[in-house]
Amino acid sequence: MSAWWTAVRAGFERGWIELKQTYTNADSLIPTVIVLAGFILVMLITRRTVVPGTHFSLGTTMLVSLIGMNVGVNGLATMGALLATEREDGTLLRAKATPNGMAGYLIGKIVAVSGVIVIGVVTTFIPGSFLFHGLAVGSATAWLTLIWVLALGLVATLPMGAVLGSLFPSARSAGLITLAIGGITAVSGIFYPITHLPQWLQVIGQVFPLYWLGLGMRSALLPVSLASVEIGHSWRHLATFGVLGAWAGAGLLVAPVLLRRMARHESGSAVAARREKAMLRVQ
Amino acid sequence: MGLHGVLRMAADGEIVVDVRDLRMRYGRTDVLDGVTFAARRGEVLALLGPNGAGKTTTIEILEGFRMRSAGQVSVLGTDPGHGGEDWRARIGVVQQSWRDHAKWRVRELLAHLGRYYAPYSTAELPRPWNADELLATVGLTELAGQKIRRLSGGQRRRLDVAIGIVGRPELLFLDEPTAGFDPQARRDFHDLVHRLSDLDETTIVLTTHDLDEADKLADRIVILAGGQIVADGSADELSRRMSTQAEVKWSRDGQRFVHSADDPTRFVRDLFRQYGESVEDLEVRRASLEDTYMALVRRIEAGADPAYDAVARKFSVVAG
Repeated sequence: MSAWWTAVRAGFERGWIELKQTYTNADSLIPTVIVLAGFILVMLITRRTVVPGTHFSLGTTMLVSLIGMNVGVNGLATMGALLATEREDGTLLRAKATPNGMAGYLIGKIVAVSGVIVIGVVTTFIPGSFLFHGLAVGSATAWLTLIWVLALGLVATLPMGAVLGSLFPSARSAGLITLAIGGITAVSGIFYPITHLPQWLQVIGQVFPLYWLGLGMRSALLPVSLASVEIGHSWRHLATFGVLGAWAGAGLLVAPVLLRRMARHESGSAVAARREKAMLRVQ
Repeated sequence: MGLHGVLRMAADGEIVVDVRDLRMRYGRTDVLDGVTFAARRGEVLALLGPNGAGKTTTIEILEGFRMRSAGQVSVLGTDPGHGGEDWRARIGVVQQSWRDHAKWRVRELLAHLGRYYAPYSTAELPRPWNADELLATVGLTELAGQKIRRLSGGQRRRLDVAIGIVGRPELLFLDEPTAGFDPQARRDFHDLVHRLSDLDETTIVLTTHDLDEADKLADRIVILAGGQIVADGSADELSRRMSTQAEVKWSRDGQRFVHSADDPTRFVRDLFRQYGESVEDLEVRRASLEDTYMALVRRIEAGADPAYDAVARKFSVVAG
């Protein structure tokens, strides 16, 4: 069996182990449940509010947009934060000290974070579909659209998340990633139609993948009539594919270069120095 | 096969680590300044030196984790700066302190990391080690299902060693392996290293700032100070060379005197010739390797220019 194939299999094993850890560990499970419960509460409160210009529930629209946002936020922020944290605690160095360990590590991370994202989609969708009405879940097209938006969303955000993680020097500074993504979410039409924002904010929102993930999910799961509140009164599938595809291409191009650079600079004393710095900040 | 067996073999074994005129410079500081040494197959080599002597830098260059500024380095016949994955599979690394994989369980991580070595298995060296056997070797069988973050410092260190050797390395690097250990944990660890060196002719390169540890573990000691090698030999050889120096103490007219002499016999003869009966409380003590090493460490920690320090020079003279 070739070394490469071994690393791929070990990577999947690694991803599976870490995915299980995420859902059997109170530290990571409790925040996930709290955030999910919080969102469902907000959606329930806004259930009777309608999307301006329609008779459709804002809460339901928000549920669908949040499913899209969950893909983007986890792909970028979770991936980035994990990479920065695990660089700091020496996990990456361990991978480097193991033959083909870096490949196994990255495959494992992609598997684990993708797993978290897919589970996030499912756990938002299932309670959501009982609590909210009007979701277009009956048609095969809906599911096909959901699957391609989800798949393309993963490829658009995971490599970019890895790039972010490799650029930030510590787990602490990686918190900035989460902050920035929070800002982007605000202009991505997740909680309210983007058409109600000033023109220049609409332009900014459309640069990032979060808007397109939300739009793609809305196009999959909401009635066709809801397209009327979107920019250009259309679901813009071609543009969604184009923008997410561009992010995917850029990420896949840049990530290997930056990750290799990051791995090259990894050493025991580099890990120790970062830890010392982190300790100083705590004091 | 005991330590002596390894020693005998090491004498004519092939060279596994070959370092020539290694230099490392950060900005204007020379961290390593012309370091040259070699380790043979099956040998346990200790890089001994005070903190900041360049031990970790040296070992990280050998591990392929750090690029050098100049010099020739060969590890298992390959330049570690360009070692591929098949080279990586033949070496084991135990760094100073790991905190990784805190959420993983002990056996789970060991078995997982072992997987990567399977494609590099050969008839003579089946890789990896069986995880359960290895846990028994390092005394962690009872903690196999424990989360790693719950291990004590000593237990964590034993797991690190197990991970370092899970791929059945031909060459093992241990960086300050017993830092922070209590005496019992240290003794257990020394036993473990002896067992390892007896297995499969594993070559071991370790760093320590503790002479006693180097003496107990190593076939050969290389003393590094201020980025330079000041002595290289077996513990016996080094102490024989050191013992040329002696400390002579005496008192005369109620006053104490201390003098260090290269030839104490002659010095004492002259002393008696000059002062005769008035010399009292005479004491002659040969400086042990430890005395000389401790003097070196004290001088360096007091902030003296380490590279050209007088004590270091004295070391160089006897080592040369």
